[in-house]
Amino acid sequence: MPLLVGVVPFGLVTGVTMVAAGLSPLAAMAMSILVYAGATMLAAAQLLADSAPVLVLLLVAVVLNLRLVLYSASIRQHFAGLTAGERALAAYLLGDNTYAQSIVHFSQDSTHGLGDARAKLWYFFGISMPMWTVWQASVGAGIVLGARIPTGWQLEFAAPLVFIAATVPLLRDRAMAIAAASAAATAVLAHGLPFKLSLPLAAAAGILAGALAGRRPGPAAA
Amino acid sequence: MKVALQLAFCILGMGAVTYLLRLSFLMLPERLQLPAAVQGALRYVPVALLTALWAPELLLQKGVLALTLDNARLLAGFVAIGVAWRTRMTLATIVVGLVFLHFFDWVF
Repeated sequence: MPLLVGVVPFGLVTGVTMVAAGLSPLAAMAMSILVYAGATMLAAAQLLADSAPVLVLLLVAVVLNLRLVLYSASIRQHFAGLTAGERALAAYLLGDNTYAQSIVHFSQDSTHGLGDARAKLWYFFGISMPMWTVWQASVGAGIVLGARIPTGWQLEFAAPLVFIAATVPLLRDRAMAIAAASAAATAVLAHGLPFKLSLPLAAAAGILAGALAGRRPGPAAA
Repeated sequence: MKVALQLAFCILGMGAVTYLLRLSFLMLPERLQLPAAVQGALRYVPVALLTALWAPELLLQKGVLALTLDNARLLAGFVAIGVAWRTRMTLATIVVGLVFLHFFDWVF
């Protein structure tokens, strides 16, 4: 329940920010239902305002959501034996909150069997369907609200602020800080490149620099 | 019309790739596992991509590096980084960042 209340402000902010960045209400709502991943929607709105090409947007969606593969791999054992349709619906509803809450519940009892998998599926739906509904309603309300807010309020700046809030807690060690600094420097230096190529380039530079810095005895990174 | 079509393609494409990532292992045979090396490499992905998304929004003004006091986004961004560091709260970071954006716009 508290999780449901917690999701409301984020849905509102996401809806308002997408519209503030220049996305039409229809496009923003379609994105919310089809993509159903907050950070990806904000990044898309910001990049579309910059007229980034389709390929870069798809790349960003893949990289931002790679963690969903980890969730998928981790929750699979609990859904063993279910029909393809049931797993396909569960996949659509899989996200940070629903994964975190379900996996804690699932790991408390470790019995295996089809009856058990179906009980777990219903537990998962019990969490994720209200979550989906509340999220979509909040994004919708945000979109309606955002369309009435004058552009002078600069609410599109909420998108980079969300990314800052997501980045800062990750800067726990030197390698992470080096990854962030390298990504920032590359993004700025390569800004003039066409097709928003600076973005994949900066992400690659950050990942590489972080991985090099993270190797303990390794030589100095270039 | 061309723009609308491109936008529709973008939204459908992003929806498709995001869904496929969610679906990936739920549809793969049980014997296929995610290699530990891949899990390790994923460690730096969020920090690198997220920073690549926000840093230029703070550091550049109309495509030019702007490390000056009249760059309100840079100053507000610094305040937001401080708030995120201290509170670890996304909503507080957004609200304080937006308020200071307007404050610095007004002051300088």
